[in-house]
Order: sequence, then structure tokens, then C-alpha cells
Amino acid sequence: MASRVGIDLASVSDVREAVAAHGDRYLRRVYTPQELVDCGGDPARLAGRFAAKEAAIKVLRPRRDTALPWSDIEVLRHSDGWTELRLGGSAALRAEHEGLAAFSVSLSHEGDTACAVVMAEGKGSTGR
Amino acid sequence: MTDKILAVLAEHGRLPVSPDSLGDGDDLYAAGMTSHASISVMLGLEDAFDVEFPDRMLTREVFSSIASIRAALDELAEAA
Repeated sequence: MASRVGIDLASVSDVREAVAAHGDRYLRRVYTPQELVDCGGDPARLAGRFAAKEAAIKVLRPRRDTALPWSDIEVLRHSDGWTELRLGGSAALRAEHEGLAAFSVSLSHEGDTACAVVMAEGKGSTGR
Repeated sequence: MTDKILAVLAEHGRLPVSPDSLGDGDDLYAAGMTSHASISVMLGLEDAFDVEFPDRMLTREVFSSIASIRAALDELAEAA
């Protein structure tokens, strides 16, 4: 099965305003505890992770009625600075259903825009 | 109920058009609502109607139109 890629842009000011409007309720519905620690409240980092979750959803291609909570898709940050994607719950089930594995993610942010690209290999593809 | 939904959409939906101009079944995403804005809409609806959307309802479908939002709120009200 072919590999897939997803990309997404997120507005840093939208995230800043959502945090201002909804506070912890917004943060807890979208991000995991570890992501919140890694972001330290920085809206640009939060926006980057939101873009990564959306890019991953584009790779997973859920049906419109499939529940895919954002916190099921987690961006893990390594001490060297690079990031990894971890899927749990319904996101992991969806990846299994779609025959996808070896997810990778890259994030970036500049000014008011955060961007993320996610790739996944189809199981049995000639990747690593 | 619809008036309250429209008020939440106006405040949180970041739609380029007035929600009042949309039909019940019009696709809110097609009308310009982003995924991120749908989170604020969800949280705004929870405030306005004093409910909490369970994870199973966090689907694109539920927040895709005024009618689908109303149906989800009705379901939560019946379950309460």
C-alpha cells in the first residue's frame, strides 16, 4: 500500500485567542499533558502541534462520522529538538484500519503561521 | 435553540459570512469554518448549553451544520 503525506497550517493568533477565551478547557481537549509541558504555554509551539494533529488526520483519512479526538495524536519532543508522532485511541485504530505505520512528523513556525507535515508508510511498502 | 447556536457560531466560528445567512443544512466548513475554529465553537456551545461533548461526538460530522449541531445537543439533552 502506498505511503501517505499530510500537511497543515495553523494560525498562532487563533491559538492564542482560543487559550485566552477558553483557557484550560481548550488546552486539555486538544493537547496531552506532555505536550503542554513541552510547549510551556508558547502559542507558536501549540499551533505547530495543532497543525501536526490536523496533518495526521489528513493521513488517517477518517470518515466524517469517525471520532478522532486531537489528544489521540501526540507530538513527542526529543531533547535534540526533533519530534515524533505517537498515536493512541481511535487514531491508532484508524492507522491500523488503513494499514499505515512508521509515522513521521516535522513542525515549523514563523510569525503568525505554524506548519506541520506528517508522513506514514503503508504496511508492506518498500520503505525502511 | 437555533438562535443560541447562531450566536455561538457568530462569536467563535470565524466564518467569513454571517451565520444567519446560512441554511440549516449548509456545510459550515465549506462556508469557511476551520477545524481549529470548530474547537472554539464546541467549547462555546458547551458554555451556552451547559453540556460537555463526549469524545465519541468529536467528529467532523457533528459540527458540520446548524442542523447537525442541534441534533447533537438534542441527543445530549435527552441523555442528561
